[in-house]
Amino acid sequence: MGEIVRNIVRIFAGFTLLFGVYIVAYGHITPGGGFAGGVLIGGSFILLTLAYGKKLALQKLSRSMSSTLDSLGALIFLFLALVGIAGGYFFLNFLPLGKPFHLFSAGIIPLCNIAIGMKVGASLFAVFIALAMVRVVKHEDGTTDYLEETDDTEIKQ
Amino acid sequence: MIIYLLCFVLFGIGLHAVVNKKNLIKIVVGVAIMEYSMNLLLVLIGYRMGGVAPIIDRETVAGEFVRLSVDPLPQAMVLTSIVIGLGVISLMVSVCIRLYEKYGTFDITKIKELRG
Amino acid sequence: MLELYVLLGLMILGAIIAVETRELLSSIISIGAVGFILCVAFLRLHAPDIAITQLVVEVAVLIVLIRATIGRDTAITSGRGEFRSIALLTGLVAVIVFFAAMGLRCAPPFGEPLLTVSGTYLETGLEKTGAANIVSSVLLDFRAYDTLGEVTVLFASVAGALLFLRKKGKKTENG
Repeated sequence: MGEIVRNIVRIFAGFTLLFGVYIVAYGHITPGGGFAGGVLIGGSFILLTLAYGKKLALQKLSRSMSSTLDSLGALIFLFLALVGIAGGYFFLNFLPLGKPFHLFSAGIIPLCNIAIGMKVGASLFAVFIALAMVRVVKHEDGTTDYLEETDDTEIKQ
Repeated sequence: MIIYLLCFVLFGIGLHAVVNKKNLIKIVVGVAIMEYSMNLLLVLIGYRMGGVAPIIDRETVAGEFVRLSVDPLPQAMVLTSIVIGLGVISLMVSVCIRLYEKYGTFDITKIKELRG
Repeated sequence: MLELYVLLGLMILGAIIAVETRELLSSIISIGAVGFILCVAFLRLHAPDIAITQLVVEVAVLIVLIRATIGRDTAITSGRGEFRSIALLTGLVAVIVFFAAMGLRCAPPFGEPLLTVSGTYLETGLEKTGAANIVSSVLLDFRAYDTLGEVTVLFASVAGALLFLRKKGKKTENG
């Protein structure tokens, strides 16, 4: 990618990530939530991949790490649901509700938002990296072949 | 009522792409159009004329809010449905890429001929 | 009200272009346009939550779809791209619209939602869950079981995509 794109991404990728975290954290007060914020968080890493190549993005968040975060998000969400059984029923809001319109309010809802945001962002990045890994190679005689790239080759656009 | 029917027209266009088109990417596009139309239909059913968004802020009067707010339930369901649509589309695209790898084409008639 | 009709008309136009054009890349750009118009429509329908989600998801869908098509040699669909005639399309849409009209007779009129269950959520949402965003409280408290199911579906679809895209597994006879 060109120099302009690289410079703009260098400035804005961090802000995109920060905005995604904000959307997740304030999901119970303002519009947004785990799903939208998670896609934004994944999108900031995709932006890095598109501008700087896979190598840099995978240094920030490796494939195994994104798979782990994906599974971990789903497990935390399930765990929060199961803890409620101790107090009565599935998905019991066991934490104190706190004062409305504050960040630390609404019991387990912000925690669930964080778990979902982690899961969605990591899985989106994992799928994109897997899509970026496969590349068609055309031979002279018209046959096509797929090349599985290793982690340290860059995307050629 | 007309506006609901327009949603179904959109659904029909997506179904046309799924049933009639030969190109795999066109079929994925058709599924995406069907998904959009159904999401829009659900949100339209929950709409209240002259309503407000289902988010309370500090100035909101409680009784006023219950009287004016749009239906939050379809919105919550559609929110998850959109993200699932993203997952399903990536699944379909990865299947398409594997088919392209094996047969070298996105055309489903050629893929049928090449089987075996 | 009128702007909703305009937005839906634009969406239908974009969908027709996306389905009927012969270049795959312009088809994908058109589906992106449909998605962004849908985002504006959600904003008009007082649904800021899903407008945000639709916006970011649409960008992700565009990236994934363009990634799938770019660099392939079949960028233009060759010859007749469909099986049947345009008359069949009209018939198909007519049948769908007919049955939809019959089914929608029991739907509430536009602009007056039923609110049989949601009325309770609106009244007691803030005091029971403490979340000011009622959509969030429905999603993660009143109807959290649904959300758990949908997270499971998302997990399954992503796992399937990763399975299809992984490095070569065991070699079979056909390769």
